[in-house]
Amino acid sequence: MTSPDVRIPAAGGQPSRADQRVALMDLLDRVLSGGVVISGEVTLTIADVDMVHVSLRACDASVDALQPGAVGGGTVGR
Amino acid sequence: MGEDHGVWLYAITRASAGQGEWNGSRGVAETPLEAIDEGGLRAVASRVPLAEFGADALRRNLEDLDWLATTARAHDAVISTVGHMGTVIPMRLATVYLDDDRVRSMLSQHDHELRFTLDRLAGRTEWGVKAYRRPGVLVGAATSGATTAGPGAGAVSAGPTDGSGTARPRRRDQLSAQRSADEITARRAQEVHSALTILAADSRRHPPQDPKLTGRREQMALNGSYLVDDSRLDEFASAVAALDDERCGLRLELTGPWPPYSFAGNGETQR
Repeated sequence: MTSPDVRIPAAGGQPSRADQRVALMDLLDRVLSGGVVISGEVTLTIADVDMVHVSLRACDASVDALQPGAVGGGTVGR
Repeated sequence: MGEDHGVWLYAITRASAGQGEWNGSRGVAETPLEAIDEGGLRAVASRVPLAEFGADALRRNLEDLDWLATTARAHDAVISTVGHMGTVIPMRLATVYLDDDRVRSMLSQHDHELRFTLDRLAGRTEWGVKAYRRPGVLVGAATSGATTAGPGAGAVSAGPTDGSGTARPRRRDQLSAQRSADEITARRAQEVHSALTILAADSRRHPPQDPKLTGRREQMALNGSYLVDDSRLDEFASAVAALDDERCGLRLELTGPWPPYSFAGNGETQR
């Protein structure tokens, strides 16, 4: 298995939805701001896209839509 | 094919790396993988429709978290699989070329630095270490260390008061205790990062994740990535376990193994 969902904390246990959400954020930290970027006229996309900014907007929109008032409320469900 | 398709890149490896594990598997949007070789280097790619992956469509789709999650996982799954067969340089998500010829010319143009990066990453793996502040521990430590320590200290670490009595001085105590706790947390996070960096070939700090995005209440003090020699993994994992100490006030989480996302840049193209 190479799915990011198996990358649960070393402390272990069954991955909850919240853990899956955290695993997704761990992945986005890396694929959106890491990886090699070779820009130039050969690339069609990426060079002019502020990826991190885009992802945060996507996440914000999703959080607002799915979890109104969830912050500070303990366990997050979807 | 042609103008309505682009070439999505996942990773670059040596062309001598095996192809067995990923041959026949699929990438983003279930597109079949292919190898584009040039001068001993190989780009692992798939042909994607520009209606979904062209510049304008991407800009729109990247704001859809479900699309982003699905695409990021597919991208990562390919890189992880390819990584099982040899050293791999992950590409940044959403790197799309116009056609195979442009990929080949990129490989030959950047041949030297790509080989250098492959050498640097060989025999090493990225691990993530996140440190969360343990609620209460640092606040209590900061308060008991101050001259005003007294009956109020318990109330500070216990959170909001019940609203009775001397709310104002207590509030000020809380704020100053909070501030020194923040400083202690930041300092300890830096100490953890420094201790782990010594054991690693390279390290990076990502911005702490927003609790609003993760759904976790705990404050993240460290979001680190470490490129660790595979031969030193046990030593590194033991160090993480040792630093994950209640008295330190930080709770540590080790994640991985990751493809070397945080260490794929050549310094020229990354901040």
